[in-house]
Amino acid sequence: MEEGGARAPGCDRGPVQTRRGTYISAMTRDPVLQFTDRGIYCPAGDFHIDPWLPVDRALITHGHADHARDGMGRYLATHEALPVMRHRLGDVALEGIGYGQTRRIGGANVSFHPAGHVPGSAQIRVEVAGEVFVASGDYKVVDDGLSTPFEPVRCHHFITESTFGLPVFRWRPQADVAAEINDWWRGCAAAGKTAFLGAYSLGKAQRLLSMLDPGIGPILTHAAVENTNEVLRGQGIALPDTTLVTPELVPKEHTRALVLSPPSALGSQWARRFGPQESAFASGWMALRGVRRRRAGDRGFVISDHADWRGLLWAITETGAENIYVTHGYTDIFTRYLNDEGWNAEVVPTQFEGESLDTGDVA
Amino acid sequence: MKRFAKLFAAIDQSTKTTVKVAALADYFSDAPEADKLWTVALFSGRRPKRAVTTTRLREWASEAADVPLWLFEESYAIVGDLAETISLVLPPNPTQDDRPLSHWIGALRQLRDMEEAERKAFVLDCWRVLGGTERFLFNKLITGGFRVGVSQKLMTRALAQATGKPEAELAHRLMGNWHPDEVNWHALIEAEDASADASRPYPFYLAYALEAEPETLGDPTDWRAEWKWDGIRGQLILRDGDYFVWSRGEELMTDRFPELARAIDHLPPGTVLDGELLVWIPGSDAPSSFNALQARIGRKTVPKKLLKDAPVVLHAYDLLEWQGQDIRDRPFAERRALLEVACADLPPEAAVRLSPQHAFDDWSALADLRLTARAAQAEGLMLKRADSPYLAGRKKGDWWKWKLDPLTIDAVMIYAQSGSGRRANLFTDFTFAVWNGNDLVPFTKAYSGLTDAEFRKITAWVRKNTEERYGPVRKVKPHHVFEIAFEGIQASPRHKSGVALRFPRMARWRHDKPLQEANTLDDLKEMLRIYG
Repeated sequence: MEEGGARAPGCDRGPVQTRRGTYISAMTRDPVLQFTDRGIYCPAGDFHIDPWLPVDRALITHGHADHARDGMGRYLATHEALPVMRHRLGDVALEGIGYGQTRRIGGANVSFHPAGHVPGSAQIRVEVAGEVFVASGDYKVVDDGLSTPFEPVRCHHFITESTFGLPVFRWRPQADVAAEINDWWRGCAAAGKTAFLGAYSLGKAQRLLSMLDPGIGPILTHAAVENTNEVLRGQGIALPDTTLVTPELVPKEHTRALVLSPPSALGSQWARRFGPQESAFASGWMALRGVRRRRAGDRGFVISDHADWRGLLWAITETGAENIYVTHGYTDIFTRYLNDEGWNAEVVPTQFEGESLDTGDVA
Repeated sequence: MKRFAKLFAAIDQSTKTTVKVAALADYFSDAPEADKLWTVALFSGRRPKRAVTTTRLREWASEAADVPLWLFEESYAIVGDLAETISLVLPPNPTQDDRPLSHWIGALRQLRDMEEAERKAFVLDCWRVLGGTERFLFNKLITGGFRVGVSQKLMTRALAQATGKPEAELAHRLMGNWHPDEVNWHALIEAEDASADASRPYPFYLAYALEAEPETLGDPTDWRAEWKWDGIRGQLILRDGDYFVWSRGEELMTDRFPELARAIDHLPPGTVLDGELLVWIPGSDAPSSFNALQARIGRKTVPKKLLKDAPVVLHAYDLLEWQGQDIRDRPFAERRALLEVACADLPPEAAVRLSPQHAFDDWSALADLRLTARAAQAEGLMLKRADSPYLAGRKKGDWWKWKLDPLTIDAVMIYAQSGSGRRANLFTDFTFAVWNGNDLVPFTKAYSGLTDAEFRKITAWVRKNTEERYGPVRKVKPHHVFEIAFEGIQASPRHKSGVALRFPRMARWRHDKPLQEANTLDDLKEMLRIYG
C-alpha cells in the first residue's frame, strides 16, 4: 500500500502509529474508535457501534440480532433499517438517518453508507479531526436487487468482517443460482412434491423471493418469514405474492408450492404435514460439501449476503485504508493474509456472528 | 466423466437410500462396462495407483489459483478434503469435456510414466478442461480415498436390481482381492464360476449393539454366549495349501500375521474361520490389551522380537467353509459343533484356538458374567441365536453385542479447535482436564458424542469465551464440565497426565456440575490402578 495514499483532505496532522497499529489522533490522544468489551466505541462522540451490552447511544449498521440488540438508551440507523428494528425491538428510541447524510455527534462527524448486506444495512463512517474510520458491519459487494448496493468509502481505518474470508469461497452470479433453484422447484413440482427452501428470515428470504419464478407455482411462507416480508413491503420494497402457512391452510389446495421457511423449520412437524417433499438450504456455507451433507437435506444452494473472498479483498482495496480491523469469521487467517499483502491488519474480538448456520434467525 | 458426475451428484445430494439405490441401478443399467467396473471398484475402496503426490498437487493448485501455499493449507484444514479444496480455489469453468470415466483412469495410468514437468502440465490442463463436480472427481481419482455416501450394501442392492442376481451372491463376488485392471465386468459380475480366487473371503456378519434388556430376546436356551473380544476381527482362509488373513475392512493382512501360517499344518484345506486376532502371551489367563496388538498392526513385516513379545492367536468363533463347502446357511449350533471338531486337537503352535462359549441357564446369570468381562480383557458378551445362518453385513435379530458400560470421568474443557469437513464451522475437537490441586491437567481429547445442537451451542460459547489463541487452538475459560466415557485406560509416559484413554468421547454435557466438582488426577490414577 502506498503510504498515506488515502488520507482525507484537510488532514494536516498525521496520525501516530502505535505498537499494535492503532492510530491515535495527535490532537486528542484518543483513538477515533476503540474496541471495548461493550462494542466499538467512539470517545469523541460518546457513542457505540453495534454494541452487545447496554449503552446510552448506539449506532446500528443493520437489524440482524447480533448487531441490533436490546437494551440501548437510543438507537440511530438508516431510515430503511428502522421498520425491521422497530418490529424486532419494539417501542425503543429509534432515530433514522439518510444514506450519505452527515451528522455531528460530539466531536465526531458521522455518516451512513450502503453495505449491500440486507435492506437498510449500512457502513458507518466516523471522522474525528480528519481521521476516518469505517465500521462496515456485515456487507456484500454484489447487487442483490433488493438492498441498496454496496459503495466503497475511502478511509484510513476499515473495520471488516471475514465470515467467508478463505479463497475457497467464491460466489456464482445470482442469476445462475436463481436458475438452479427454479429448476429444482420445477423438478419437485413435477414429481408431486412440495419444495421447502430454508433461509434466514431477514434479508436472505426476501432476496430468494425476488429470485423465484412465480410461474412455477404458489409461494407459501412460514410466519417468521412472512412477518419480515410485511415489514419490508410496508416500506415500499416490492416482493412477489406469498401465502402465509396457517394451521387452517390445506396443503392439497397448494400443489406445486414452494415453502419459504427458517432453516429450523425444515423437516419439522410443521413441515411434515405437507406430505411428500424435498428440502433445500440456501447459505454461503453450502459451498462446502461437508457442511452441505450435514445440513442441507436434499439440496444446498450457495448464496450469501456476505462478501466472498474476492469481494472482501476488493472492498478493502477500494477503501484505500491502510489499517484493517477484522471482527469475525476466519479472522486469524484473513488477517495474516492482509498483513502479508502489505496492509496493517489485526484481529479485534467482537460478538458478531456473521452467517451462522445455526442461530441468527431474526425478525 | 459427465455420466459419472451425474451419478455422484445424485448420490451425494440425497440422504434417502431409495434415491441413491435408484440412481446407482440406473447407472449400472446404461453406463459403459468399463465405467461400471471402475465405479464398483471405486465405491468399494479400490482405486487407481497414486500417480502424483499430494505435496505436488498442493503446490500446483496453489500456484494455479494464485494463492500462497500456507493459505491453501489453511483452507484445506477447514474444508477437510484435498480434492475439494483444489477444485474450489481454482477459477470456475464449465466442463468442456465428454470423455468417459475409464478414459480418465487410463490417463492417470499414463501419468505414472511421465516426467515431473510433463505430469504437471497434464494435471493443470485437466483442471482447465474439467469444471465443477467433474474437477472434484478427477482430483478424487488422483488422491484416492473415494468416500461417497454409499455403503457397499447399497451398491450391492443396486447391482442386484440392475443385474437380477441375488444380493448375497453379488456381495461375495465383490469381496477379496480383485482389481479392475485385472478383471472385466463379465468375469466379476456375470460369469457362472465366481469362486476361482483362492483368497476370496466371505462378507463378514456384523452384530448390532443390544440396547434393550436381554430378556427381550426370549428363551435363553435359543441363544449362545461368548466373550466379545477387544481385538481385530479376522477371517482365516486355508485353501490349496495356502493361507490368507482378511480384516473386517477387507484388507489382506496375511503378511502381518506370519504365525498363522502354522495353521496350514493342523487344519485341512478348504477351511475358513471367523474369529478375533488377539495378542496372547503363552501361559497367561487373558489376552494382552489392545495396545499390544496395535504394535503388530502397524508393522507390515514383523521383526522376530515383536513376534516373540506379542504373539498373535486367532480365537475362532465361527466356521464358514468346511471341506471346501460354503456352510454359512447351516444353523450356528451346527457350524459351532463342526468348529469344535476342527479345533479339538490343535496344539498351541497352531496359533488358532477355539473361543469358548459360556453356558448359562437364565439371563440374570449371564448379566453377572458380563460384569466380569473386563478381568478377561473382553469388552462384554456376544449373543448369537443358535439356529441362525451366517448372514452378510450388519443385520438385526440373530447376533447382538452386549458391551460393558464404559468407564466415565467428569472433566473440564480447556481447549477447543474447530473441526473440518462436515464440521468446518463448528468447534468440535476439545481437550479435557482434571484437577490436580488448583491446576487443571489435560489428559484427553474428544471429538464425538454431542448432538449437532450441542456442538452449535458450545461453538457459540467458545467464540465468546476464548482467552488465548495458538494457531487453530483456542484456550477457553474453564467453565464447562463434561462426562467423558472411554473403553480402557493405560499408563502412558508420553502424556502429561501419565495416562492414555481408549476411545474417549463426550457422554454428557454436565450443565448440573460446578467446575470445582470435576474429577481429580488422583481419581484418574485410581482408575488406572483398577482397570489399567
